[in-house]
Amino acid sequence: MSPFLCLLVRDMKLATRSGGGAALALSFFALVATLVPLGIGADLKLLARVAGGILWVGAVLAALLSLDRLFQGDYDDGSLELIALAPLPLELTSFAKIAAHWLSTGLPLTVLSPLLALMFNLPGDATLTLFLSLLIGTPAVSAIGAIGASLTLSLRRGGLILPLIILPLLSPAVIFGAGAVAAKMDGFSPLGPLELLGAFSLAAVLLSPFAAAASVRLNLSG
Amino acid sequence: MQFLFRYANPAMFMRLSGAVLPYVAAATVIALTAGLIMGFQVPPDYQQGMTVLIMFIHVPAATVAMSAYGAIAVCSLLSLVWRHPLSDTAARAAAPLGAMFTALGLITGSLWGKPMWGTYWVWDARLTSFLLLLFLYLGYMALWSAIEDETKAARAAAVLALVGAVNIPIIKFSVDWWNTLHQGESIMSGNLAPVFLWPLLTMMAGYMLLFVTLWLIRIQTAIVERRARSLMQGPA
Amino acid sequence: MMFDPMFDLGPYSNFIWPAYAVSAVALGGMTAWTLWAWRRAKRRLLALEKGAPESKS
Repeated sequence: MSPFLCLLVRDMKLATRSGGGAALALSFFALVATLVPLGIGADLKLLARVAGGILWVGAVLAALLSLDRLFQGDYDDGSLELIALAPLPLELTSFAKIAAHWLSTGLPLTVLSPLLALMFNLPGDATLTLFLSLLIGTPAVSAIGAIGASLTLSLRRGGLILPLIILPLLSPAVIFGAGAVAAKMDGFSPLGPLELLGAFSLAAVLLSPFAAAASVRLNLSG
Repeated sequence: MQFLFRYANPAMFMRLSGAVLPYVAAATVIALTAGLIMGFQVPPDYQQGMTVLIMFIHVPAATVAMSAYGAIAVCSLLSLVWRHPLSDTAARAAAPLGAMFTALGLITGSLWGKPMWGTYWVWDARLTSFLLLLFLYLGYMALWSAIEDETKAARAAAVLALVGAVNIPIIKFSVDWWNTLHQGESIMSGNLAPVFLWPLLTMMAGYMLLFVTLWLIRIQTAIVERRARSLMQGPA
Repeated sequence: MMFDPMFDLGPYSNFIWPAYAVSAVALGGMTAWTLWAWRRAKRRLLALEKGAPESKS
């Protein structure tokens, strides 16, 4: 197995075993979706109206939960230094970690979203849009999140400032993702926002490994 | 690059900035005073009445807020590529100033919006992107103070500043797009009458000069503090 | 209807004056804080350079 795949599989195993963040993120997502109707009332029309936005925000927050462990576990036990010494460039290492995080968090959240959308009374075609937008957009969450995780990896309580750093950077994903659902609800084509979301996501996935690798390096040196 | 580095030497910077500081400070006072005098003499706008007066402090604050982030990004690039410690100091010194100007832009913007819209806050594209900018500043400052090792903190903050700088145009674009989707309104609609232009430009110059003055002083303060610290730790 | 424009700002003065007041307080406060920190740093350095072991303040 290539070193890249090896790392990917290892990280996914770590994330999905008990105590890993993946199951936690899913429960959190479902809990947010449960609390919102309790907060704003069970008016089905209103719920359908806000479903796109709420589920997008919920998915981003849920994905953030497991992000702070992306590099920190490996940093704490020293294995990150070994991984950095390996022939695999740190950029690819970061990419593997981003992919592992997406496969173990972003993708399951996306798969869960139609069920939650059903509870929000979101129409079928809009649910499909939501599903697609999360499928396209959650890689950006993992990718930009990885930058935040690498910047805060030496911090004991990095999980606290990680959201502050990451959430403003993720606002375009929320805007385009929820915007696609809103457009569909209003009877417009969601294609425009989905394309913008795709462009944002692609750029994030391509550029983030470099930023993450740079900040892992600076944390390992000295 | 050698040329630039000579001025980036802390001792050299102290001398140079010390020499220009009185002039910059004087120019700040002159520009702000002139801007205020000119501003309070303008006739009421036919649409906005005297609320245009708020524009004279809102737009400059917003301009400085963005320029300060630009300054931080440039310093961060210099620091990451050429590893110069002074640019880290400069980047860090600019952040609280930028955050304050951003907050001022938000407050004056909402005070401007109340008579126009009837509420203090509407999700206007400008206000919304400035709110996000404020969070970017807060995250940047939080990262600086969270990491204890100063060189590590400097480099991490520099990476974050550059990532933010790449993202800001995208955020701006997405917020504008979102705003048209939800049919928001903007304060800055239509062309600016020339009577308002000169006071506005003068106030802008004043705000910019004030930022530069405070920035230079804050960099000097940081250099002096570092020297004091190294004296304390040095041979006792 | 032409009053002294300095003091009569029409029906919106309730918003104009607070905007100016907040700006003045924030900019003035920031300037004061910056100058205070500057002086303090210079004083401390001076004390250290004189060799007088400054007591921790």
